[in-house]
Amino acid sequence: MADEKTIEQRVSEIIVNQLNVNEEQITPGASFLDDLGADSLDTVELIMAFEEEFKDEINGEIPESDAEKLQTVGDVIKYINEKAGA
Amino acid sequence: MSELPDNQRVVVTGLGAVTPIGMDVDSFFNGLLEGKNGISHVDAFDTEKFTCKIGGQIRDFDPTVAMDPKEARRNDRFVQFTMAAAKEAVAHSGIDFEKEDPDRVGVFVGSGIGGMDTMEKNAQKLLESGPRKVSPFLIPALISNMASGVIAIEYGAMGPNFSIVSACATGAHAIGEALKTLRLGEADVMICGGSEASITPLAFAGFCSMKAMSTNNDDPKGASRPFDAGRDGFVMGEGAGILVLETLEHAKARGADIICEIAGYGASCDANHITAPHPEGKGLISAMKRALNSAKINSDQIDYINAHGTSTPYNDKFETAAVRGLYGDHANKLMMSSTKSMTGHLLGAAGGIESVACAKMLQAGKVAPTINLSTPDPDCDLDYVPNEAREAKLSVTMSNSLGFGGQNASLIFKTL
Repeated sequence: MADEKTIEQRVSEIIVNQLNVNEEQITPGASFLDDLGADSLDTVELIMAFEEEFKDEINGEIPESDAEKLQTVGDVIKYINEKAGA
Repeated sequence: MSELPDNQRVVVTGLGAVTPIGMDVDSFFNGLLEGKNGISHVDAFDTEKFTCKIGGQIRDFDPTVAMDPKEARRNDRFVQFTMAAAKEAVAHSGIDFEKEDPDRVGVFVGSGIGGMDTMEKNAQKLLESGPRKVSPFLIPALISNMASGVIAIEYGAMGPNFSIVSACATGAHAIGEALKTLRLGEADVMICGGSEASITPLAFAGFCSMKAMSTNNDDPKGASRPFDAGRDGFVMGEGAGILVLETLEHAKARGADIICEIAGYGASCDANHITAPHPEGKGLISAMKRALNSAKINSDQIDYINAHGTSTPYNDKFETAAVRGLYGDHANKLMMSSTKSMTGHLLGAAGGIESVACAKMLQAGKVAPTINLSTPDPDCDLDYVPNEAREAKLSVTMSNSLGFGGQNASLIFKTL
């Protein structure tokens, strides 16, 4: 579980930095578009930032088909955990 | 001389400036009068292999003074400069955009080059890591019309909005076209000017290869020396100059403090060479004539010209020839200084900050000098207001800008 906690923190830091939001706003259910003020360009940049940060865990790139499904903070954490565990 | 009706006369009611010698209009203008020098060794990147290592680099600029951190991050430095200057100009004008008809507020702000820094960094990402690593903000941050777009978003300005690009004449053309738009009744208020942030490796490399920039690296403060016999090229600066223009009718109706009138604008082309100015200044003469006609002013009424005065061997000589060619005997009476001696050449922003300077000089009755003018050049024999600011009763001032492409713009400002 220590690893999962770390991933959450790292995801959170990226979102705070990219979207200029407060850490308290970052809940698992928070949607990038609806709750965190992102537009479509922000979401592309977020995916790129996650790819860069978690390149060891996800072992490569996040395919477009996967990226489209990553709508919330929880989606991203779950995705990275699954990839890291796989 | 019959004057235009108030709805066709255009006045300046707000000024904003971000420059190498001052980060707002007051510090910029006081700097000009003091002969402040904004040139230093560039440390924005490693200049070791560059023939030119100097510039009017702005240090410690905090974009979040004008934009929230997220917006600042999404935009290039030239848009950040734009917003800082635009916010100052709008605050200065006292316009409350809540009370304006959005369709009657327009924006013409240009940049000669656009988001150079953003482009270079993303080109590097493309080459090193492939296309998937290129930022989704590359294109919006790169295009020079984003300056006008971002200002419009800030103020809800839904009137005429685009950007003019004419290299180093960009700012002047933008202001001139804004004047025309107001005079034609297409808008009540126009936010206009120019911005540039090209102190970057690729831009420097390009200008160095042209041998256009000064290589006086041992004496940065003496490198920009317009009209001096020892001049050896321009020194690049960066920043933004923004004006708020409105019809006299609109300014009066809202009880605005009017700084001066912008009375004339002329645009022309040398149609001669891609970069070199015309040897007799033919295109510039045409632009100045058009500006005089547009202002309904005789040439002998011009008290002061803010020269393009880049400090390149050709420009300063040919510009002098153009002024002599058009003004005849009056050329011996008028004053002409180059504030680029202090700020460096802000390329697309030059016409913006130099229009700010012209408006402030009219208001203050003080003329900014050309500094570093110590060795006379026989080909440059006008009164360039050498080295010391001068008090003078000014009624009419002119600002000239010339761009690569042979594109010229001339603006006329006058007391109301």
